[in-house]
Amino acid sequence: MAQDDHSGAELTAADSSHAAHESDASPGTALIVQDAFANPGFPPHRPRVTDEDPKREKRAQRTVYTLFYLSALGSLWAVAAYMLFPMESNNVGDVRLNNLFIGLGATLALLALGIGIVHWGKAVMVDVELVDERHEVGGSPETQAAAAKVFADADRESGFTRRAVIRNSLIGALVVFPLPAVVLFRGFAPQDELPVPLLSHTMWRKGTRLALDPSGVAIKASDVTIGSAFHVIPEGLAELEHGKLEEKAKAAVLLMRLDPSELNQLPERESWSYDGIVAYSKICTHVGCPVALYEQHTHHLLCPCHQSQFDVANHCEVIFGPAKRPLPQLPIAIDDEGYLIAQSDFTEPVGPSFWERH
Amino acid sequence: MSTASPTTGTQKRSFTTAAAVYVNERTSVAGFIKELGRKAFPDHWSFLLGEVALFSFVVILISGTFLTFFFQASMAEVHYDGSYVPLKGVEMSVAMASTLDISFDIRGGLFVRQMHHWAALLFVAAIGLHMLRIYFTGAFRKPREFNWVIGFTLFILAMAEGFTGYSLPDDLLSGNGLRIIDGLIKGIPLVGTWISFLLFGGEFPGTQIVGRLYSLHIMLLPALVIAFIALHLVFVVVHKHTQYAGPGKTQQNAVGPPVLPVYAAKAGGFFFIIFGVIALIASLFTINPIWNYGPYDPSPVSAGTQPDWYIGFADGALRLIPPGWEFVWLDRTWSFNILVPLIAIGIFIVLVLLYPFIEAWITGDKREHHIADRPRNAPTRTAIGAAGVTFYAGLWAAASSDILATHFSLTMEGVIHALQAVVILGPFVAFFIAKRVCIALQKKDREIVLHGFESGRIVRLPGGEFIEVHEQLDEYDRWRLVSFETYEPLMIRPNARGKITVGQRFRASLSRWFFEDRIAPVTKGEIESGHGGHH
Ligand code: HEM
Ligand code: FES
Repeated sequence: MAQDDHSGAELTAADSSHAAHESDASPGTALIVQDAFANPGFPPHRPRVTDEDPKREKRAQRTVYTLFYLSALGSLWAVAAYMLFPMESNNVGDVRLNNLFIGLGATLALLALGIGIVHWGKAVMVDVELVDERHEVGGSPETQAAAAKVFADADRESGFTRRAVIRNSLIGALVVFPLPAVVLFRGFAPQDELPVPLLSHTMWRKGTRLALDPSGVAIKASDVTIGSAFHVIPEGLAELEHGKLEEKAKAAVLLMRLDPSELNQLPERESWSYDGIVAYSKICTHVGCPVALYEQHTHHLLCPCHQSQFDVANHCEVIFGPAKRPLPQLPIAIDDEGYLIAQSDFTEPVGPSFWERH
Repeated sequence: MSTASPTTGTQKRSFTTAAAVYVNERTSVAGFIKELGRKAFPDHWSFLLGEVALFSFVVILISGTFLTFFFQASMAEVHYDGSYVPLKGVEMSVAMASTLDISFDIRGGLFVRQMHHWAALLFVAAIGLHMLRIYFTGAFRKPREFNWVIGFTLFILAMAEGFTGYSLPDDLLSGNGLRIIDGLIKGIPLVGTWISFLLFGGEFPGTQIVGRLYSLHIMLLPALVIAFIALHLVFVVVHKHTQYAGPGKTQQNAVGPPVLPVYAAKAGGFFFIIFGVIALIASLFTINPIWNYGPYDPSPVSAGTQPDWYIGFADGALRLIPPGWEFVWLDRTWSFNILVPLIAIGIFIVLVLLYPFIEAWITGDKREHHIADRPRNAPTRTAIGAAGVTFYAGLWAAASSDILATHFSLTMEGVIHALQAVVILGPFVAFFIAKRVCIALQKKDREIVLHGFESGRIVRLPGGEFIEVHEQLDEYDRWRLVSFETYEPLMIRPNARGKITVGQRFRASLSRWFFEDRIAPVTKGEIESGHGGHH
């Protein structure tokens, strides 16, 4: 091979330091050692076993085409598996088999093909190494000068630099022109709504019954034993036609009953609970995951997302984790039939903090 | 390729030659082939990492296109009526139902879905490893700085692709992920509330977000990824690949097998191998079994659920914030528990993005570099890399703080405090250790060059004592160990106006930090004066 010139004769002169480089770019603070070793040039070429032993070469060739046949078999197997493993029986096991056998067929097809091609390249194809010369990426000084001239000519002919008024007004127009596109983005959310009022209210109203999540069955105070915890939604939420998830994302509540002696209530909220039964927003004040892991003996609520912990005995203040604010409390009472009801909506926005919140 | 003159001779052209001529006369492709076909392509296992990324992306494109024919990006509510019995009749979005159909009602559908997800995980991992290889070998130096920036942008785009994809099935986990994004966005001062409102088309979760993410996931982001990969690869051709130091290899040549046929065979074969490995994993291991999670509902939770691995660092950053970092000031809420992680990650990203320019500024080196460094020969760079990896790993581990705590029976608080220490102090420790290790390895290299290596051959001296014979390296092996450069710390010099600027001073102190501990390669003179096979 003519290009495969491994004598290295022309290379021994060039050393690896950049000194011999065609450019005179500054080496900065690099230390140029005068006494450095010279590049010894390419080592003698070492033939592979398949180059020296015709038997080994034959064997390598056999391996390659056997792999290709195997690959074809794998593809055919995958097609067969498509038919042999139906999954219309509503049985999860069949889905697994379908997945497994189509997959294994495809795997065999692909791996055998890939390994075959690589083996062909490594063991059978002629083993040459080429040496390409590198050139400075910036190109020759002539090319650079020619490019500079193109710009200079274009500038002269267009007057881009000279005609400042035209140029600057063009830039001005270009800056303004995307604005309509930005405005169009207002349409991403309903025109007649604003975010802050929406974030400040939930579905809870005075007298809304507390109902079980997800069934929507109203809860009687007598059903709530000490130590128990209920996942709660406002009655009527389960029947909503529209916006059910949006309402639920704000209105979800946890209901717990503690021994009243263990409950350390804020004076102004003493009337918000009923006989040790308290209701708190379930939406984490960090970034909004549902806080739903209740540890009954410590009265701690744990948010599974970033492990904020809230102390139910102490008006759900944060005892650990990145959340700052206590979970908002829903003031509750009971109606004449003994059902738990809300006294009002939450008195503050629930869920994650937002800029306009105060 | 033969010339275009009409052949009058009797010799017949083969069909392929005729076809090649036909195409070339209409495309001028011969010029390309002549130019690129026999380029030398340097070879090394670590150069395969970029290919793993590229090929898993191709698998993503193929499998993803198949999925688009079945997936429906609608959040309209339906009662599920597919083959998966436990969810029959359950209310869910069309998006979730169609994903279940792909899994349970379309033969081979689950296989393609799982390939798509596994390939995505591999894609991001391969880019990350590829990036580490580029970093630790200094392959980002001139002229490749832009390609570093392009590559890192690809890393971020890949994560965005992953996150948008993860959100599409509208199952419990994807909805929870979006809930966190919503909370994060709301924490951004001034614009956060509105961005969240617009993004979700009203209140969270709304009925818009899946469709919007779908547009990003199958159109905008892939277009960007493809464009950036194309640009990235054009630059690889323009710059020619880097190569490791070796006898005969210089800054002025590129040495390797030709693109056609050997490199093409290896790379082409490797594509099928990657494809096959992804297929194998997809046929054996379930990924994202949404049927176990159920449809999104803002109320239920499951402890111990994890995002895809590459989102972990961000989730971990949120977890490490101590309690109480949120204030009301000027009648507005300042959520530092959200801003600090966002800003810290932002700074980290900017530093990584700019690293090639920072290092170039410190060394002042304006030459092109085509020989990849051995990491030990750039101890400070390697140590900075180790610090960065430690920082990232600490954040990443924090995303599993609950699992760590339960698995090792530790307290939640203990795990968080330990990881806070890892993220803040760990980088310094890692820096120190990595630098010492590099220097020790460099010293060992010097030792070997100067005194040879232990041959394992024991001889008995006339005096009766036994020694092990040290053999000298041959010149080729020696070259691998001595062909690197070091830099000197920068001297502060007054500029033309006789002033020492603050920039100069800063650059000099960085330069000192980089280069004050340095081990120079062995020179010829040293060998000649200190030559000795034994000692
Ligand atoms: C979609 C993602 C990516 C793909 C498909 C990709 C693909 C490739 C391929 C095939 C190569 C040539 C072989 C190699 O050196 O591995 C390459 C080179 C390169 N990549 Fe990437 N890459 C990606 C991401 C990245 C990232 C994240 C970075 C760094 C932040 C990066 C930086 C570079 C650089 C600087 C080169 C030239 C290095 C050299 O010639 O030695 N790439 N890339
Ligand atoms: S969302 Fe609850 S701790 Fe982050």
